Amino acid sequence: MIGGEAGKMALYQAVLDNEKALLDEWVKEQIGAFSRQGAIRETELRQQCETFLRLFVQAIRDGNTTDLRTPEWEAVLRFLSDVSSSRGEQGFSPSETATFVFSFKRPLFTALGKAHQDDGKALADAVWEATAILDRLGLHTMDVYLKTRETIIARQQEDMLELSTPVVSLAEGILALPVIGTLDSARTQVVMESLLQRIVETGSTQAIIDITGVPTVDTLVAQHLLKTVTAARLMGADCLISGIRPQIAQTIVHLGVELGNVTTKATLASAFAVALDRQGMKIVRSKPQA
Amino acid sequence: MATMIVRSTETLPIRAEADVVMVRQKARAVATEAGLGLVDVTKLVTATSELARNALIYGGGGTALIESLQDGIRKGVRLTFEDQGPGIPDIEKAMTDGYTSGSGMGLGLSGAKRLSNDFSIHSVVGQGTRVMIARWK
Repeated sequence: MIGGEAGKMALYQAVLDNEKALLDEWVKEQIGAFSRQGAIRETELRQQCETFLRLFVQAIRDGNTTDLRTPEWEAVLRFLSDVSSSRGEQGFSPSETATFVFSFKRPLFTALGKAHQDDGKALADAVWEATAILDRLGLHTMDVYLKTRETIIARQQEDMLELSTPVVSLAEGILALPVIGTLDSARTQVVMESLLQRIVETGSTQAIIDITGVPTVDTLVAQHLLKTVTAARLMGADCLISGIRPQIAQTIVHLGVELGNVTTKATLASAFAVALDRQGMKIVRSKPQA
Repeated sequence: MATMIVRSTETLPIRAEADVVMVRQKARAVATEAGLGLVDVTKLVTATSELARNALIYGGGGTALIESLQDGIRKGVRLTFEDQGPGIPDIEKAMTDGYTSGSGMGLGLSGAKRLSNDFSIHSVVGQGTRVMIARWK
């Protein structure tokens, strides 16, 4: 069997004896690996490496090297999580993040090689032990990195849901809902609710849904629009749909979707004119055209 | 007749609502690259949206194969949607306007056929469904 207790002790001794040299080599290795100059400050990097080395030595001394889920390794894993998630947030690439752990291999193996020049068996044991640990630590940093990125994506998705549904008041009794982007089930729900809510709040009787910013109008989108129109009608508001571009109009015809008795217009401006008319209002020029 | 050349091919998974958006965007990019006009691109993307969603909702997820084609001087885009769902027992009925086994409008399949130049559907109950559409410049 390779590895085991002998390998662990050899690894511990080698790290302990060469701490300074390992640190220098490791930092140099990483500086070279970064694609962007100045992506990380050398002092900061050095500090991270120092902390890792300290925790790493402690964990090897006290802990079980075959199972990193034991309490002795907790400090190392937590530290790596911090490094990894901060790099994830700063926009480091996955390989730049994983480099932190993996670039430690070369300096460490060099040190092990020096310590066991004459003993092939001991060297193999120590190297195997080191590889097994570092690989698992490297995978751990990737797990954390991915989780961090996923959190960022989830946050952005939520931001977009909120951002994308502003119901604006155009005139007394007239609301407009400019929809931008994809109208799938989750968003449509938010869109529909905020429109109906604003109809109640403002007592509006005309609502314009503008779909200029919706790239694809398929049967699901059409169905959602028709449901919203029906719900608004039940609350006493008339809905107009604007922003039907020529290609969308042709597509709707081929799909066979009937928009029934919903008033539709090509532009928001013409829908607004209809809504004003229905409210008994009109826009007049107050000065002659220049 | 000149033989048809497949210029590029890509397979995308359809497992969630977000994948439908991805397939749509990819189809739009490939169709635009093939030189299809705005109306044709919109029609193809809309048909794609219907079929990808069908594969997700009725087929329990599947894959979309997007191919950019060249047939002599004609350029086009072909999409193949496959799922391993329950299959369609009566295709003729499923292709009828307004018929749905779910909660949609019942226009997806027939609409997708009208929006495409080529259309074929193959379904085996208990094994799954494969729908192929193509749109040419």
